[in-house]
Amino acid sequence: MRRLGRSPMALAGGLILLVVVVASAGAPLLTSADPLKPSFGRRLQPPRALGGASAYVLGTDNLGRDIFARLIYGGRISLTLAGSAVVLAAGAGVVVGLAAGVLGGRVDDFVMRLADVQLAFPVIMLAIAFVAVIGTSPAALVAVLALAGWVLYARTVRANVLTIRQLEYVEAARGLGASEVRLIAWHILPNTLAPILVIGSSQFATMVLLESGLSFLGMGIQPPQPSWGVMLAEGRDYLSNAWWLATVPGMAISLVVLGANLLGDGLRDLLDPHIRQ
Amino acid sequence: MRSYILRRLWQSAITLVGVSILVFVILRVIPGDPAKMLLPEGAPQSAVEELNRHLGLREPLWVQYGIFLRSVARGDFGQSFQYRSPALRVVVERLPATVQLTLVAMLLTVVVGVSIGIVAAVRQGTGYDYAGTVLAVLGQSLPNFWLGIMLILLFGVTLRWLPTSGFQGWQHLVLPSVTLAAFPTALVARLTRSSLLEILNKDYIRTGRAKGLAERIVILRHALKNATIPVLTVIGLQIGTLLGGAVITESVFAWPGMGKLVVDAIFFRDFPVVQTILILSATVFVLLNLLVDLLYPVLDPRIRYR
Repeated sequence: MRRLGRSPMALAGGLILLVVVVASAGAPLLTSADPLKPSFGRRLQPPRALGGASAYVLGTDNLGRDIFARLIYGGRISLTLAGSAVVLAAGAGVVVGLAAGVLGGRVDDFVMRLADVQLAFPVIMLAIAFVAVIGTSPAALVAVLALAGWVLYARTVRANVLTIRQLEYVEAARGLGASEVRLIAWHILPNTLAPILVIGSSQFATMVLLESGLSFLGMGIQPPQPSWGVMLAEGRDYLSNAWWLATVPGMAISLVVLGANLLGDGLRDLLDPHIRQ
Repeated sequence: MRSYILRRLWQSAITLVGVSILVFVILRVIPGDPAKMLLPEGAPQSAVEELNRHLGLREPLWVQYGIFLRSVARGDFGQSFQYRSPALRVVVERLPATVQLTLVAMLLTVVVGVSIGIVAAVRQGTGYDYAGTVLAVLGQSLPNFWLGIMLILLFGVTLRWLPTSGFQGWQHLVLPSVTLAAFPTALVARLTRSSLLEILNKDYIRTGRAKGLAERIVILRHALKNATIPVLTVIGLQIGTLLGGAVITESVFAWPGMGKLVVDAIFFRDFPVVQTILILSATVFVLLNLLVDLLYPVLDPRIRYR
């Protein structure tokens, strides 16, 4: 944690994410407005800064709903989905990568070919094909996102296992009679943690993009739920008379993606011993 | 060298077989009863059963997969539910629009990305470098569907300089291709910068400079050539990003290509078309990456595969 201070990039990224997460988590405290309730008398109000009513900081949308409320409640959905997907992808990827690296042979061949096959598809195409088949419930979306993300972890962990296994300290532990399970849990896994952390934070950005992209196309979170991608899709029909509708959610997505990318890049510089030298 | 080529060919073939299995599993095994989708609503159960048997859907899975593979090999991807014509023809008709868009985006990516990378590396630590890095970070953070909409807002709605949808003439290509190219351009710029910086520290570059070569020749002839390999690899991988990005970009700009087609096909549950697009795009990706791998030794004679 103290090391985080040495990378302004990681720090800035972490702070951005923290602010967005706190705002989303504290949504009910930050606004009393209902993100779902239409109010047709107050449609398309401009944000306060553009001369709109002071009750609506970011204005209202085409159904008169408070955009600020939708934004922070939408953040809950987008961030939760992306976060769960990263955790699930990392978990599955680590297990599969460990299995491939430790067991080797057929298992390894199979897993690596599977990874090749999956990487041959554009992520979004594979995701929409799966969504078409298994539906757009939040659980299905997390599963689809995780499915799109496990390969990175599996490849990294596998490569790490193969190098770390050859190192002297692992040989020494083996010589002292440590079991294979103990070797993995105590000596190999902790050393793959740093790259997993780096991949995880960069991937959080990808997941937010993918979720909002799917929702934008109508294949993710369904209206009237306020996912950022849904808000963006709704706003694009009002570009000529209410441009803020599409602008605001896009800025939120960009901010989160920027934060996660900065954090990921910063962490990589901090944790990668080759770069630190 | 020859055995390397053979091994890569073999790996690519295995990957493509895997691709066909995956597509088969996603679209044939999971979504229930295709016969019900083909027949008008309320068709009698006996007709559904009859069609299922006719389509081979009552055979064991591996037999079905064999049938599927044989028809795909013949170029028969089934009938599009939506267009009532062969799925392959429906997809191929949309292909030129997507190829045009991705080629222009790819060109933009390479030219702009590599140029920004070179300038940033050569002028390391200056305002140029800083501006390039900021641009690259932004390019990787702006979602392309939002960037597209913002470009429409600025250049289409507000300034009225460029058309925002449609497919006639170069003006229509500007906004979609810039939108599509933003992310890979940023990536290529960062990578070119870092891989060029690494090489500029090498002895042979110092030698080149010491013997009085013009800086331009040192950079373009000696350094850039060796910085090309990581960049080329990433460009190969970006083909996937471009094809995927086309799905969203084409939807934003109503561009009549494969990306928009696949989105529409999903909404109509037109699985034969979805399947065709999945297989086609994966095949293109695998073959182009194979090509990239085979290009390495041409670019760098030191690379000799065993």
